Amino acid sequence: MIVTPEATSRTIGRQHFKREVCVTVAVWSAAVSVIGILIWILVDIAVRGLAEINLKFLTEDVQNAGREGGIGPIILSTGLILLVCLVVSIPLSVGTAIALTERVGQDTWFARNVRRSLDVLAGVPSIVFGLFGNAFFAIGLGLGYSILSGGLTLACMVLPILIRTSEHAIRAVPAEYGYAATALGMKRTAILFHVVLPVAMPAIMVGVVLSIGRALAETAALIFTSGYVARTPESLLDSGRSLSVHIYDLAMNVPGGGSRAYATACVLVAILVLINAATALLLRLAGWQNRNISGGSL
Amino acid sequence: MRSDRALTIVTRTLAAISAAIVLLVFVFLLRESTPALRQMGVSRFFSDTSWHPLSDQFNLIPMIVATLVTSVGAVVIAAPLGIASAVFVNFYAPPQLATWHRRLIELLAGIPSVVFGLWGLVVLAPIVATFGGSGQNLFTATIVLGLMVLPTVALLSDAAIAAQPREWIQGAAALGMRRSAIVGWIVLPGARRGIGGGVMLALTRALGETMAVLMLAGNIVEMPSSLLSPGRTLNANIALELGYASAGHRSVLFVSGLILMLVVSVIVLFVSRRGGTKLDRYP
Repeated sequence: MIVTPEATSRTIGRQHFKREVCVTVAVWSAAVSVIGILIWILVDIAVRGLAEINLKFLTEDVQNAGREGGIGPIILSTGLILLVCLVVSIPLSVGTAIALTERVGQDTWFARNVRRSLDVLAGVPSIVFGLFGNAFFAIGLGLGYSILSGGLTLACMVLPILIRTSEHAIRAVPAEYGYAATALGMKRTAILFHVVLPVAMPAIMVGVVLSIGRALAETAALIFTSGYVARTPESLLDSGRSLSVHIYDLAMNVPGGGSRAYATACVLVAILVLINAATALLLRLAGWQNRNISGGSL
Repeated sequence: MRSDRALTIVTRTLAAISAAIVLLVFVFLLRESTPALRQMGVSRFFSDTSWHPLSDQFNLIPMIVATLVTSVGAVVIAAPLGIASAVFVNFYAPPQLATWHRRLIELLAGIPSVVFGLWGLVVLAPIVATFGGSGQNLFTATIVLGLMVLPTVALLSDAAIAAQPREWIQGAAALGMRRSAIVGWIVLPGARRGIGGGVMLALTRALGETMAVLMLAGNIVEMPSSLLSPGRTLNANIALELGYASAGHRSVLFVSGLILMLVVSVIVLFVSRRGGTKLDRYP
């Protein structure tokens, strides 16, 4: 058979079409399987967890190593750890972000190196934060296994993301606002507190909300800093167990704790989903359509 | 002007404190690991007969191997799926679906590792157990770890792909290239720096993950003979033993923490120097 030019081009066309179909199928199936597994996990947590959750579970004390009773003290400890973390990390981050943005358009040696060390800090494994928190806060500063040690350790951990979002937030404030304020004779400090920070506030809140998500999800850094004790904490120097540590303990160390672990996981995931929604809302408030500041950092 | 000067001083001090924390972490790890490094030297971590800290045997090799196997395995799973999902949202998905896909991937990034561990323990391990064993082994841990680091690859690749000039894509389309060819010949090669950075950062996340692996890998210290054998990673070992470790043993645990931190920091510094990756999106 004689191969005509049209026949060859038709075969090539068919080959191309075949490859096109293969790639399309591969990409779609990869995307669908990723989402499928995610939905599988979420539905699994929701179905097994919701069965156990009621008001009593959310408020009562932990009994029989968590097999009975509720998670009241755990929620309180988690809240306190989070509070310590935010009280320390927010001023530190906003201050750092102001220092990093003080010169417009050029990077100082100082800013470059601060940023680089924050990049490294962002990559430090959480168990290493646990080791550090244990050696520095719990033993070095004598705070012991306490909510304070745990919160301070988490503050170190969320610092990079909080600084980065605050820095972006401050940079995103239109330069004209600054010019106008300067033309009116305002000083830098006044401009900062009366013009720049109020405008940047919704975007800074995005960072805060993302950090809360990070802190809530953390386990490894807390086991050896805030400890295991499941009683209601009486002060910040008491040990307190966070939700994530409770899930770990129930799943691994308490035989028959599986269903309660699921219920606690369901509470935690519900909080995180709310946080995710809050981030989206705040981003819209801040006027940022796409999450190019730190998407997925939750 | 005095208040301006005060502001500069205060904010710079705060920035210096923030920057110093990473040094502080490093100094404390080094300080706590000095006793072990000085008394035993580095070679004993590789030449001792086994890991029996109570009888002074500190061989880290099985745990280093388990850490590497699970982390590299996780990246091998996460890289193709993550890159495919980034290509999906940019070129294949209808806009509405792309938005939802991104949102769900971000949600996936936010799920705590203990929840992944719990799901793996209750749902995935029994499925893996049908291949033999208890289901708590390196294979289960690797799969779950892969899922956990997938968002890092997906979001960073997404950013790198979205940053490609539209003119290139339009030009390629005008030349009659089909979608798969545009993706394969124009977009992915153009975005390879960013995608490569994403994959490497996913590796650091996998190396740093503790809880899910601790819950799934079986935690027996032995040289893994296959993917289906149980193992213990360095991170899991720290989490399991720091609670009761004393003197020399505690110091060795800090040495393993130091190893992890050094490896991860080198990778992060390499990626940030190399550029092309938006570290901003690094979860």
